[in-house]
Amino acid sequence: MTSMSRRSFLKGGLAAACAACASQLPKPAGAAVAGGQELATLIDIRRCIGCEACVEACRDANSEKYPEPEHPFPEMFPARVKASDWSGDETREVRDRLTPYNWLFIQDATVMVNGEETTLTIPRRCMHCQNPPCANLCPWGAARKLKNGIALIDADLCLGGKKCQVVCPWCIPQRQTGVGLYLDLLPRFAGNGVMYKCDRCHQLVEKGELPACIEACPEGVQTIGPREEIVREAHRLAERIGGYIYGETENGGTNTLYVSPVPFEEIERAIETGPGRPHLQPVEDRMAKAENLTTAMLIAPVAGVAAAVGRIAKGLKSGQDTAGDPR
Amino acid sequence: MKNTTRVAVLPEQPVLAASYRVLLFAMALTGVAQMPIFKRYYIADIPGLGWLAKYYLTHALHYLGASLLLVLVAYCMAVYLLSLRKRYVLTGSALVRIALLGAIVVTGGFRVLKNLPGISFSPGFTQFIDIAHLSFMMLLFLVGAAAVLLRWTWLADRNAARIEA
Repeated sequence: MTSMSRRSFLKGGLAAACAACASQLPKPAGAAVAGGQELATLIDIRRCIGCEACVEACRDANSEKYPEPEHPFPEMFPARVKASDWSGDETREVRDRLTPYNWLFIQDATVMVNGEETTLTIPRRCMHCQNPPCANLCPWGAARKLKNGIALIDADLCLGGKKCQVVCPWCIPQRQTGVGLYLDLLPRFAGNGVMYKCDRCHQLVEKGELPACIEACPEGVQTIGPREEIVREAHRLAERIGGYIYGETENGGTNTLYVSPVPFEEIERAIETGPGRPHLQPVEDRMAKAENLTTAMLIAPVAGVAAAVGRIAKGLKSGQDTAGDPR
Repeated sequence: MKNTTRVAVLPEQPVLAASYRVLLFAMALTGVAQMPIFKRYYIADIPGLGWLAKYYLTHALHYLGASLLLVLVAYCMAVYLLSLRKRYVLTGSALVRIALLGAIVVTGGFRVLKNLPGISFSPGFTQFIDIAHLSFMMLLFLVGAAAVLLRWTWLADRNAARIEA
């Protein structure tokens, strides 16, 4: 493995930082490690013991980003619009699903591995799609993708319309009402808070540091590196253990790859899914249709001009002036 | 204004005009559907309008409508430049509408670019193109409504008459 372990990631970051100092052009070491590529993570499900060290590390590292909503919430119009409130003392502590205060959780799946009943524990969070629908379809520009492969939602811009959750194949973003920009606009009539999800500790990655969940894991479940290398490593690992990969092609490719000793169909049958608990089903590329239609858009003006030329030529052939006498 | 007789320059003109209006309406509808409001305000609950709350569908329809609008705009521009301009001149209201259409196409083009893999813009620029796209469309609707009410045309005979678009 080239640059994917914690040690080598940091070593690469240090080397990049030195190079940046030498060239007097400081730049994020994380980006330098990626060599201009997107960073992806590999999650080796076999190694996870479900200790939740990653969950706690995530909460510690991101607690400053958590919402502190104003109560009471503005009355919504129409009444069908419900508040999403996870800010209570108990709900803030929920750890068995995704919430605005819990961006990573451990999903359990009891399956048969080599003839033995085994409970696999799987860290679940945003997949960080290569072409994220949340970022593409956000009508307000609040969700976006960074060059290093991180998909993030800007809490200062988000209006909490929840479109990102609806278009996300895994319904990852979670809403908290009573916070954010919508309060300054038309709180009764538009928006409903802010959407929250894993941003892969972008503030740490920008400094060349590891995301908190990777740094804290005592078992080395996750590794991070340039996507090409992570994909190669995922294949090497899957081949070695006779395992399976999830995330390489899902939704056109994500920057989170899971390797499991059992097929993901089996895990999918064994996990509890629902709100805040994402599935592990195959996912087609949700943005593929838009990409195909983009090609149609490029051809469209050419087709229009060709039709016009044909129209004029036909008019000339039949001896009629296209700009004929007004009728 | 010497002559305000509304006449058709091309035999296909009524079809072009109807297509233009239908396409603009469809684009406005599917464009507004990109905001999470149709479900919130019960519009998607009206029988037959449930599709307005399906983001991927309305997004694809918006792209499809944009392609058809580009065919139409390119056709009309080419016919005018290659043939009609010998006898007809674009009116002031036509120039305003063409400028607005151009602005809509450019801002929409940037939005399409942003949606391609590997291309991302800053949040500020993304917001700018979103709001500009919406604003230009609203302006075009206002100018279009005024054109219908005040019987503004696209073309005028270089010699005299105003021509129906």
